[in-house]
Amino acid sequence: MSRYTSPGLAQATWLIAEREIRMRLRSKAFLISTGILLLMVLASVLFGGFASQNVDLPKVAAVGSAVAVAEDTGALEVTEAATVEEAEELVRSEEVEAALVPDPDAPLELTVIGLDEAPTSVLAVLSVTPGIEVLEPSGQNPFLIYLVALGFGLVFFVSALTFGSIIAQSVVEEKQTRIVEILMATVPVRALMAGKVLGNSILAFGQIALIAVLAGVGMLASGQDLLLADIGPSLVWFVVFFLFGFVLLAALFAATAALVSRVEDVGSVTSPVTMLVMIPYFLVIFFNDNPVVLGVMSYVPFSAPVGMPMRVFLGTAEWWEPLLSLGILVATTALVVWIGERMYRNSLLRTGARVTLKEALVG
Amino acid sequence: MCPAWRIRSVELMLELHSINRSFGDRRVLTDVAFSVTGGRMTGFVGGNGAGKTTTMRIILGVLAPDSGSVTLDGSPLTAEARTRFGYMPEERGLYPKMKVAEQVTYIGRLHGMPTEDAKRNTMELLERLGLGERANDTVESLSLGNQQRAQIAAALVHEPEVLVLDEPFSGLDPMAVEVVQGVLKDFAAKGAPVLFSSHQLDIVERLCDDLIVIADGEIRAAGSRETLREAHAPGLYELTVAGDTGWLRSEPGVRVVDFDGGHAVFETDSTETAQRVLKRAAASGDVQRFAPRQPSLAQIFKEVVQ
Repeated sequence: MSRYTSPGLAQATWLIAEREIRMRLRSKAFLISTGILLLMVLASVLFGGFASQNVDLPKVAAVGSAVAVAEDTGALEVTEAATVEEAEELVRSEEVEAALVPDPDAPLELTVIGLDEAPTSVLAVLSVTPGIEVLEPSGQNPFLIYLVALGFGLVFFVSALTFGSIIAQSVVEEKQTRIVEILMATVPVRALMAGKVLGNSILAFGQIALIAVLAGVGMLASGQDLLLADIGPSLVWFVVFFLFGFVLLAALFAATAALVSRVEDVGSVTSPVTMLVMIPYFLVIFFNDNPVVLGVMSYVPFSAPVGMPMRVFLGTAEWWEPLLSLGILVATTALVVWIGERMYRNSLLRTGARVTLKEALVG
Repeated sequence: MCPAWRIRSVELMLELHSINRSFGDRRVLTDVAFSVTGGRMTGFVGGNGAGKTTTMRIILGVLAPDSGSVTLDGSPLTAEARTRFGYMPEERGLYPKMKVAEQVTYIGRLHGMPTEDAKRNTMELLERLGLGERANDTVESLSLGNQQRAQIAAALVHEPEVLVLDEPFSGLDPMAVEVVQGVLKDFAAKGAPVLFSSHQLDIVERLCDDLIVIADGEIRAAGSRETLREAHAPGLYELTVAGDTGWLRSEPGVRVVDFDGGHAVFETDSTETAQRVLKRAAASGDVQRFAPRQPSLAQIFKEVVQ
């Protein structure tokens, strides 16, 4: 008898996963694109920090008694002009947003002169506002909401697409080079697919973790700790959802890619899966202020990894909602992995023409 | 160069029992049954599309038969037992961007070898197959012949107990064929059943102890090389004498196949007739040569396939 006994399912899976990771980390293209992605994240966090600190006051030119009124507001950067004509000239040359000139007949005894429209930012400073009370403050400014939506959407979109297509390529590469027959004779097909999904999930997850850490450190470094406290919980949910959501997509990429035999055909055969990745991205960007769309998104397995963290961030999700949605996602993932494995197994030895969905499912 | 495992000698018997397989409406294998005996090299020959590759895939469990079974020493093959097989598929495949040694080691580890053992066996095999210097080159940078050697190393790295090799000699130069033959014979000598297919009948003729001929998904002939030869050349003899052999024509029970003065090839109805002919030839002059005529494998192949 041979001294060697076949590795268990777990060990075989890990060997496959390890090779996927090793080969990926050896690829210069992968390392460079990861570096660029990380730099972009760091740059945008830092840029966001600086931009929020340097809010410019509206610039105005003031004439005579208007100078004192303008300076009293404390919210305008005032340039003194000797005459009304000189002040108007400054407006025309766009050195200031508006000119304030004395006008005894007008309210506040001032007239505000704009260039081509009423200078709203200046008017807002000068206007008298009644007392304001908001019963249910949303607590977040719309621009920030948009940024967070963009962040979740983009990160999920880019990672799922990058690693999804890496998995697809790797499946077809094994089919095209025929090594798959040796692999099938050596390890269970289940280990083959699981190893691929696991290896690439680890890479994707590592990349996401790096991005999250970098974003967190960047926010702290640029004095945005308040923002970090705001985003924190949704960030944690995002990571958890990403984990399962990614496995779901990875299984779909592996199963569909197994239908073709040439790397050139990967793009067309995986395009339905690619759509599943793109749709949540566009939905969250266009409908991040629409509670109905977000509500649906947060329960549909393919968009939950983006939709649910978004709702957690907005504070519109009850405490049990992420758990329920996660349950749905995990169940769907298990089902899709089961079907995917079947398609994968039935397609691996069929080279040449594209395997039809029916052949792949029935065997 | 001679680690402990090379001394092992346990003879195993691989058997196929009436295997049937169809792809859709097309029947590829019909009641395929044969055995591969441990310690012997078994050649598997058949034309294109005869069913060799399908049979081998079924032995390895890559494909499932519609009916029938494969047993090793009488017990049905399990996935566990199959990992101790060495398999070389017809469609060659290795990862193009992986280094040769790294790749062979990886396949060894997939078979459950500890990394150290896998590395050691890999280097030994690559040295023996003349690929030692290319161990750290990527597979895609190798010539086709060298890729083939790497493929053989990948099939043997885990000290398999049974070898199933689809066309192991295709694409090899004569030197490499010699080396690979030596390696395979060593495995057989340790008691491993070795089944290999080849289109190069002269190699099969030189190398195999047993022979299996398949055509249209059916086994047409199976047995030891000698048995097959005798079965397909009943009573064919060759005679060369100093004088003339014309008298053969009038000898009862003899049919002359080929005749040229002192040389004749003839068919006899029994060994007694052959002995009688030899005595008469010896009585009429010097016999330079008298021998049963061995048909070549190519002839047997043509005969059983038709």
